[in-house]
Amino acid sequence: MRIELEKRPERSKLFSILSPFIALGLTLIVGAVLFLALGKNPAEAMFYFFIDPLLVGWSLHELAIKATPLILIAVGLSVCFRSNNWNIGAEGQFVMGAIAGSIIPVMFHGWESPLVLPLMMISGAIGGALYATIPALLKARFNTNEILTSLMLVYVAQLFLDWLVRGPWRNPEGFNFPETRNFNASAILPEILDGGRAHWGLIFAIVAALATWFMMRSTLKGFEISVLGQSARAGRFAGFSATKMVFFAFLFSGAMAGLAGIAEVSGAIGQLRPVISPGYGFTAIIVAFLGRLNPLGIVAAGLVLALTYLGGEAAQISIGVSDKVARLFQGALLFFVLACDTLIHYRIRLRSTAKVANVAAAPVQSPAPVEAR
Amino acid sequence: MQASDTRSSAPLLALAGLTKIFGTLKACDAISLEIAPGEIHALLGENGAGKSTLVKMLFGVLAPDAGQIVWKGEPVSINSPFAARHLGIGMVFQHFSLFEALTVAENIALSLDDSVPIGQIAERARALSEGYGLPLDPYALVADLSVGERQRIEIVRTLLQDPQLIILDEPTSVLTPQEADRLFETLEKLRSEGRSILYISHRLEEVRRICDRATVLRHGKVVGACDPRQETVASLARMMVGGDVADVTIGANAGDGRVLIETRRLSLPARTPFAVSLKDIDLTVHSGEVVAIAGVAGNGQSELFDALSGEVTTSRADAVRLAGQDVGRKGITERRLLGCGFVPEERHGHGAVSQMKLSDNMVLARHASDAKTFLGGGLGLLKRDAVWAATERVIKAMDVRKSGVDPHASALSGGNLQKFIMGRELDRNLSVLIVNQPTWGVDAGAASRIRQAIVDLAKSGAAVVVISQDLDEVFEIAHSIAVIHHGRLSASEPARTLTRERIGLLMGGAAPEADTVPEAAHAH
Repeated sequence: MRIELEKRPERSKLFSILSPFIALGLTLIVGAVLFLALGKNPAEAMFYFFIDPLLVGWSLHELAIKATPLILIAVGLSVCFRSNNWNIGAEGQFVMGAIAGSIIPVMFHGWESPLVLPLMMISGAIGGALYATIPALLKARFNTNEILTSLMLVYVAQLFLDWLVRGPWRNPEGFNFPETRNFNASAILPEILDGGRAHWGLIFAIVAALATWFMMRSTLKGFEISVLGQSARAGRFAGFSATKMVFFAFLFSGAMAGLAGIAEVSGAIGQLRPVISPGYGFTAIIVAFLGRLNPLGIVAAGLVLALTYLGGEAAQISIGVSDKVARLFQGALLFFVLACDTLIHYRIRLRSTAKVANVAAAPVQSPAPVEAR
Repeated sequence: MQASDTRSSAPLLALAGLTKIFGTLKACDAISLEIAPGEIHALLGENGAGKSTLVKMLFGVLAPDAGQIVWKGEPVSINSPFAARHLGIGMVFQHFSLFEALTVAENIALSLDDSVPIGQIAERARALSEGYGLPLDPYALVADLSVGERQRIEIVRTLLQDPQLIILDEPTSVLTPQEADRLFETLEKLRSEGRSILYISHRLEEVRRICDRATVLRHGKVVGACDPRQETVASLARMMVGGDVADVTIGANAGDGRVLIETRRLSLPARTPFAVSLKDIDLTVHSGEVVAIAGVAGNGQSELFDALSGEVTTSRADAVRLAGQDVGRKGITERRLLGCGFVPEERHGHGAVSQMKLSDNMVLARHASDAKTFLGGGLGLLKRDAVWAATERVIKAMDVRKSGVDPHASALSGGNLQKFIMGRELDRNLSVLIVNQPTWGVDAGAASRIRQAIVDLAKSGAAVVVISQDLDEVFEIAHSIAVIHHGRLSASEPARTLTRERIGLLMGGAAPEADTVPEAAHAH
């Protein structure tokens, strides 16, 4: 027996819409089984994981804080993925954006001015974009695989940050802790509501999502992105350049990740530390796909994934499971999202091995074997 | 159905009520036919009539939903190509599947179930190919072979299993007239040995020439069975199409003599090892003139189209002149802005994006030329209303049949999508049109409409280049004809004075200034 995927003649509209929800449901089932295996009551675990964080005000603010970078990065990635460019290095661009945006508050830490924040945000976006140019350039010039190069550059960025905060940028008054100076007040993104921690980054994220949604839907640029993503040849026929699109896609997603990075540092952390992200750049890939690469869907998906981070922490505290469970949920969710999408486009067919062996033996649709006689 | 057949023997193969349903479409609807031993049986029908589906069921690629296949009097179920080959059914597909970097013998070896020493395979292949008049060097690299020779590999590969029924799918679509003659001799020989052949084609002349009987399909049903030698081309066409097809005729050139398309020593290196390079192509097309470029597939047609359209630019600006300007270094958008229109060969993924709506596909080719109407504001906002108005105009002008208001391009039949793509260009005010294989895989009704549109455009003073493999089409609509072979273009000659024999020779590369070194030999 062999399992084959066979393209469906047409895909079901209903299931295209339902797919993310089915994936969520399946993830929950797997989670329940997992908690059972750990010897926990699944109902209780699920409550602490997914419901409890939504019941208190401060924790809703935390949800917004965690959703902010996820949404910003995923919106950038959605454009990138739609154009058939596979930027897996948003985590690195996030870190580089945070570093570039921190140049002013770290090196000119005495400067207080309303100009500081806008300059930080802009330099953060530029930093992320420039870092994303490296895989773009390699792809455009040497046809390297951008998945590998962008991913590998993540680790370079992380180690660079680690070196910075332990070396040149270490806080001289910080008792040798590997941290930069605390940013001064004019370098801190203000809170949206008094008394809650959620900062202006969330507004950036929502504006970015709306603007990107509009671009994809109603402008020639959005059209160009979809065309090149679906068929490079048709794109060339339309007069669009696939090479320029590589740069556009990487610069755009890099800038978004960079902005997310500096917004996180400036709004939620207040200084640079060796580790500034619990893997936002990677989780955002899940967010992008769960949101069906649609910027508005991404806002919702970002909130869902942010909840898994909070739930992980909550479950650690209340029922004593590792917060790594959160990563497990995220992984399972990505798996089911992709699996559901695949099954919308394809159906599974079982074929008996006898036939397959012969079909596979030939490079051809129609091989004619010599009968040994 | 056995009417004119004098053989009394039982049929080799009989199909009874064979049906295949895809979703709501009955691709094959209760098809019955019989093939006698030692006959060449034609399966006629337009694209989409169900020929391929039927053949795939015979060869075990698709499973029938209903009906029976009877082989030598025994009902059989053929559930894989392997089973089909075991019964003695061989098939030569229209599209070959060969590894270009391997030799003929190696390619044959790859398709074998058992491991046989390569020398033994080569010997058997050589013996077979000589015996059937299909000379083939087993140690030649496939990349160095012409399309006709590649087809021989596929035929020899099939013959190695000693089949009793050989299915040939549009075998002459890639051959020059002379190569086709040679193939027919081979088919005669196979028939004289008592083998049967199921010959799929839409070329009616051939069918009349070599086939003993014909079964005609339309919309998945058998609509006629006849002895093609008793029929005329017109009567066969009527059966196939289900009505008369309008003839297209081209009048005298009514242009003002301006040169609108010109290439001067246009050369382009091959982009991949197995692509064709263009060499010193000189072409001149005047206002009001249709020049056809004939040739066997894979001789540089798509490369020439890309160079003319600007999808690939040349290093010399004056290598390509369109509408009176040097455009060699200009891209497709700038060329469109000069009043040039382009229709590529491949509809899905080149001329149109399959998973996009027709109105989006309108934007695809016209976002620059119609920027004033289609786009608004500095942001490049798409004006859907204006785009839709133009889309509707094209749909109406070209009689594009579709389901739904604005369906995806993939939902249209080949002919209707081609009409749309053609209409998309004709809807502009064109002075130059470059078309590659305008009616490839298009039903006769749509083909006639597309050809008429080309002729009408030329009458209005535009210059048109039609790259086509279809010699009937070439003679129908061209004022003059040039032939492309191994990336070189012969001088164009008036269509009135050209014979098919001469075109055939040019297609085979036997040009007066013969360049006998095969292109692919350099391409490593």
